[in-house]
Amino acid sequence: MNELLELFSFAFFRNALLAALLSSIIAGIIGSYIVARRNVFISSGITHASFGGMGIAYYLGFPPFLGAGIFAVLSALGIEWSSSKAGIREDSSIAILWSLGMAIGILFVFLTPGYTPNLMGFLFGDILTVKVTDLIWLAGTAMLCIILISLYYQAIVTVAFDADFAKVSGLPVQTIKYISAALVSIAIVLSIKVMGIILVLSLFTIPAAAANLYAKNLNKVMIGAVLISVVGSLSGLLIAYFLDLPSGATIIFTLTVLFVVLKMIKLIR
Amino acid sequence: MEPLIQLDNIRAAYDKNVVLNQVNLTVHSNDFIGIIGPNGGGKTTLLKVILNLIQPLSGRIIKSDKVNIGYLPQVNTIDKQFPVTIKDVVLSGRFATDKWWKRANKEQLIRVDELLEFIGLDRSHNVPIGELSGGQMQRVFLCRALISNPNLLILDEPNTYVDKTFEANLYNLLGELNEQMAILLVSHDVGTISSMVKTIACVNGGLHYHPSNKITNEILQSYNCPIELVSHGHVPHRVLKHHGHE
Repeated sequence: MNELLELFSFAFFRNALLAALLSSIIAGIIGSYIVARRNVFISSGITHASFGGMGIAYYLGFPPFLGAGIFAVLSALGIEWSSSKAGIREDSSIAILWSLGMAIGILFVFLTPGYTPNLMGFLFGDILTVKVTDLIWLAGTAMLCIILISLYYQAIVTVAFDADFAKVSGLPVQTIKYISAALVSIAIVLSIKVMGIILVLSLFTIPAAAANLYAKNLNKVMIGAVLISVVGSLSGLLIAYFLDLPSGATIIFTLTVLFVVLKMIKLIR
Repeated sequence: MEPLIQLDNIRAAYDKNVVLNQVNLTVHSNDFIGIIGPNGGGKTTLLKVILNLIQPLSGRIIKSDKVNIGYLPQVNTIDKQFPVTIKDVVLSGRFATDKWWKRANKEQLIRVDELLEFIGLDRSHNVPIGELSGGQMQRVFLCRALISNPNLLILDEPNTYVDKTFEANLYNLLGELNEQMAILLVSHDVGTISSMVKTIACVNGGLHYHPSNKITNEILQSYNCPIELVSHGHVPHRVLKHHGHE
């Protein structure tokens, strides 16, 4: 217990906890939306395509996550546009942007003289080195998600559930889709910085899928997903610290265990 | 009487195949038009043009300022696992008249209660739509179409999943609704709808408007509308084509 208290006296650990908490709020809300719309594949595509922006940023010497952010937003809008306007099948355009982004990233990292960026950091994040500016960004995005979803919940659900009906009703379906695509990609990139690609995918998917087992309405799925990811990521973080394991990997394990337990309880009942 | 919608020489394509040519149709405020035709003949494309979901290649659609459409899509186009309750589905119909930032008001919530009671699902507000049968889901979508008090109700194959007991109720209900609004009803089941619609539009590439609900195989053939006419009503048998050589 003393050891736990001592842990909280370290600024890096408090920041890591706060980052996990804020990412859980973002991932719970956005992830539930992604899972409900069956868009998990899109978020994987965006996540990987952002690597292209990171490579270009390394090469040109500006902040890598700015590059990743720009690439993520562009690829999200590109997927939305190419499937709704250009008549390319959505899964095809996702696969094209996914591999193109990775290829651009690898090319520019290769071309960058004398500098090999930490690729493990990109895969698994570095939650223990989170800075205060990162926390401010995360807090801002979490607030934005909460505000948008509580003010416009009905319109968002109407569009996500039945886009044709929403169009017939005169809702600005395309605008709402573009805004949500942009928000999804911003949320993903901010979370990549903290959690890494692999953990982002699990944090955006597993808690939402678990909450879906019990909740009947999207807003309840969102609340459930936030709670599940808070529990999963905090306990994963503590396990990582005490057993001296990589935190990204332990969080994925705790989330998966939570999912399996919730699924079994559901089966037994 | 002011027309609600006028289609003027519409030519429309779906997935690059031209399926509708030279289509003219006027919908007035108390019409009840049954839209029939073979699969692939363009029934759904016609609806999508009227609903503004696809742009016609040429021709004009003239809509009255007063038109307020209630739309019941085919149930099989809906994601049944989406986490949404019956109440929220019905309530989402209010955006036909509400702006997107508006929140639901008290009258709308009361109207949801009334509509759900009317279709016998009043104890099921918080049931997710995934737990409903096809017929129940169709009734819920009918409520969604009605909550904004439309003056034009558009139904795409409403009798596909509805159980036989509710089917009769549905048709009685549509008859009542027709006193307050125009109805466009797409159906493959010609015999059933002909007894309640006022007029019939046969869609097969073009559109032939038949200003009565009495229709025979001969008329259908002259309209180039090769569908099987199934007779309901007093005589419980199918009216089949004559056998022998064509």
